[in-house]
Amino acid sequence: MAIVKRILLDVLKPHQPGALEFTQTLADLDPEYRVNLRVEEVDENTESIIVVIEGENIRFEEIDQAIKKMGGTIHSVDEVEAEGSPPASTE
Amino acid sequence: MSLIQHIRSLWKLSQAGDIARRYFVTNGFDGALTMLGILLGFYTGGAVPLIVVISACLGAAIALGVSGFTSALLSETEERKKELKELEESLVAPLEESDYGKASQIMPWVIAAVNGLSPFLISLFVILPLWLESWGFMLPFEMDPFDAAIGFAFLAILFLGIFLGRISGTFWLWSGLRAVLIGLGTAGIIFLIR
Repeated sequence: MAIVKRILLDVLKPHQPGALEFTQTLADLDPEYRVNLRVEEVDENTESIIVVIEGENIRFEEIDQAIKKMGGTIHSVDEVEAEGSPPASTE
Repeated sequence: MSLIQHIRSLWKLSQAGDIARRYFVTNGFDGALTMLGILLGFYTGGAVPLIVVISACLGAAIALGVSGFTSALLSETEERKKELKELEESLVAPLEESDYGKASQIMPWVIAAVNGLSPFLISLFVILPLWLESWGFMLPFEMDPFDAAIGFAFLAILFLGIFLGRISGTFWLWSGLRAVLIGLGTAGIIFLIR
C-alpha cells in the first residue's frame, strides 16, 4: 500500500486547546511528523484551521482520532502526497 | 499520559480553575462567617457546655459542606451539559468521546469537591481550639477556647481576604483587612441584636 508523505486537512475545532497545544499534540504522535497549523477563521465557539502534516509514513486514522479527542472534526482532506511502497519480496 | 496529567489537561481545557477558585473563596467565607456567627451567638448567650458548642458548629460545618457539594454538582453538571451541547451544535459533531465530553463529566465533581470541602475544612479550622480543649490539650497562654476560636475565625477571614488580594493583584494587606472589617461588621450586628 502507498505511503502517505504529506496531508493537508481542513479542520473545525473549539478555541481550546489553542493552536500551539493542538500542533504539539499532533506532532507528538510521531517523532518524524512535521506539523504546520494556520488559523483561517475564528467564530464565537470555534475556529477553522488548515493543518499540514509531513512525515515518512503518515497514519491518517491516528491523526483523525487525536483531532477528535481534542474536540475537532476534519471537514475535508484537501491535499495528499503519497509514494508507492516497494514491492514485497517473493523469496 | 498519567491520570494526574490527564486531569490537569481536562482542568485546563474546561477552564475549571477560575470557577473552583471563586467557589473556594465564596463558600470558604460562608464557612468562616457562619462559625463566627454561631460562636458569637453562644458567647453572648451565656455559659454553655463546650460539647454543645462543638456539636452545633460541627453540624453547621457538615451542612455547609453537603450543601456546597450538592449545589455545585447540580448546577455545574447542568452548565457543562449546556456548554457541551452548544459546542456540539457549533461543530456539528458529537463530543462525548472527546476531552470536552470527559471534562463535562469529571469537572463538576472536582468543582463540587472544592465547593463542599472549602467551608467544611475552614469550619473545622475555626473550631480547632474547642476540639483541643475538649480533648484535654492546654491552649498556649491559658487562652479561653472561645476567644481562640473567634480569633481563628478572623484569621480564616483574613487569609481569604489576602488570597483574594493576591488573585486580583491588589495590596494583600488592604484586601485582608477589608475582609476582616466584614467579619467585624457581622460581629457588630450580632451584638446589636442581642
